[in-house]
Amino acid sequence: MNIVVLVKQVPDSGAERTLSADYSVDRASASNVINEMDEYAIEEALKIKEAHGGEVTVLTVGPGGATDSIRKALSMGPDKAVHVQDDALHGSCAVATSKVLAAALRPLNADLILSGAESTDGRVQVVPHMLAELLGVAALTGARKLTVDGSQLTVERQTDEGYEVVTAATPAIVSVWDTINEPRYPSFKGIMAAKKKPVQSLALGDLGIEAGDVGFAGATSQVIEFTKRPARSGGAKVVDEGNGGEQLVSYLATEKFV
Amino acid sequence: MAEVLVVVEAGVKKVTLEMLTIARGLGSVSAVVFGDADTAKLGEFGAEKIYTASGADVDGYLVAPKATVVAELAKRVQPAAILLASTQEGKEIAGRLAIKLDNGLLTDAVAVDADGTATQAVFAGSAIVKSKVTKGLPIVTIRPNSVTPSPSAATPAVEELTVAVSDQDKLTKVVERVVEQKGSRPELTEAGIVVSGGRGVGNADNFKLVEELADLLGGAVGASRAAVDSGYYPHQFQVGQTGKTVSPQLYVALGISGAIQHRAGMQTSKTIVAVNKDAEAPIFELADFGVVGDLFKVVPQAADEIRKRK
Repeated sequence: MNIVVLVKQVPDSGAERTLSADYSVDRASASNVINEMDEYAIEEALKIKEAHGGEVTVLTVGPGGATDSIRKALSMGPDKAVHVQDDALHGSCAVATSKVLAAALRPLNADLILSGAESTDGRVQVVPHMLAELLGVAALTGARKLTVDGSQLTVERQTDEGYEVVTAATPAIVSVWDTINEPRYPSFKGIMAAKKKPVQSLALGDLGIEAGDVGFAGATSQVIEFTKRPARSGGAKVVDEGNGGEQLVSYLATEKFV
Repeated sequence: MAEVLVVVEAGVKKVTLEMLTIARGLGSVSAVVFGDADTAKLGEFGAEKIYTASGADVDGYLVAPKATVVAELAKRVQPAAILLASTQEGKEIAGRLAIKLDNGLLTDAVAVDADGTATQAVFAGSAIVKSKVTKGLPIVTIRPNSVTPSPSAATPAVEELTVAVSDQDKLTKVVERVVEQKGSRPELTEAGIVVSGGRGVGNADNFKLVEELADLLGGAVGASRAAVDSGYYPHQFQVGQTGKTVSPQLYVALGISGAIQHRAGMQTSKTIVAVNKDAEAPIFELADFGVVGDLFKVVPQAADEIRKRK
């Protein structure tokens, strides 16, 4: 099976994050990492390759610095990577980003496209369905379990109430939650091998996309104001000396919750 | 006045009423309902018109047919805006609409001004941005617990839509829907009160304590990632990064240290209280009221005290 995994580099969600002066996500001041959920997508791709054979390609759209995340992804085991980078991409909205991804995906002819269910920076969750719409492939999103039987895919899709069982034939895009597997750690051998794996670098021109259709120039939405919310400050803190539960309820009563 | 389409998922949820309330500030409110419409309730909150779409072509496939129905309707009525819920499905429909209509979209809004400017909480609620769709009409998803729904009576006209979906919309079949959520607790993202347990709860069985307090307060149950990863509670109840974002009136954190990934999902809650045995736990930096103590002593006592006061 020919599998492409979408990998996004994001600012570390464990650190302070902000927007730059131009209201794009500040990728300079924070340390940047692989979007955590994407590691689960990589793991799922590797498991499918191990069981059914095939090839795993990592696809990233992002600035030059995203190379670190691509090498990290490759060290887990994928065969090769495609990195779309172009200065004109800076400030791209989700619509433009998915058009770029779609253009990069078309020549790769994937049977299965895997991605994380959301990124930790935007948390927008829309890209897989946008890609399905653009590429005319099936979308099976929010997977907590994926079964491959020939060209038939079955997914348990996490919902608020429980789950849905959804099925489709390849080609398809599947987005995964972190409940689907436990990603492997890269081995030393994997890390060394990743340095030699092919990474194809593509610019917008290679994909037939005009610079004016992406980035700030082609954005379909615009941030007009950004304010930091004042940090919460802790209130009263009592040490339980046998009546902590009562004190808690007294507080809740004052606030009219009981 | 131009119509504002409010896309309603199965049943009238709290976020539905919030969307209707917001939509009234943008134009004449039209609800788009998949399945049976609660005409009375939608009318009570200001729906002037209700479009319904149902049948196997809508129900039997994942999301795509719904997006086609809304897109076709939007082309016909040229709405001033389209509002959807910031749920997984709401966002997915919105994403497809943006492509179909070649239009911008904004997700996770907590307010929408008359000119379509949306206010969004970003980076785990640590910052607020105001954004505008600059291409096409505003397509905006609304986060639950953003506004207080207010009624405004209207008598809606109902129109049943003809559903004409293509094979392209039928690529992903829904073969089974399984309900795992037990009891009659409110839905996590919509609940006014959320009681969550973390690693400190210790095991799955002990989560009964969390559930008991939630039930006494009429709240929903949540869990930290540590608790979910340890198998104490199912993933759909996870609050935080990689889980749900909640913004209730009251958030009760039991045995949760308050790692930044957890705070990401709850720090916009109005009031936060915490019980943790570690006095240095970061959750106390957010808590309006904190008890440093053993939750297995504090919580049963609190539960008894609430029963006494009832």
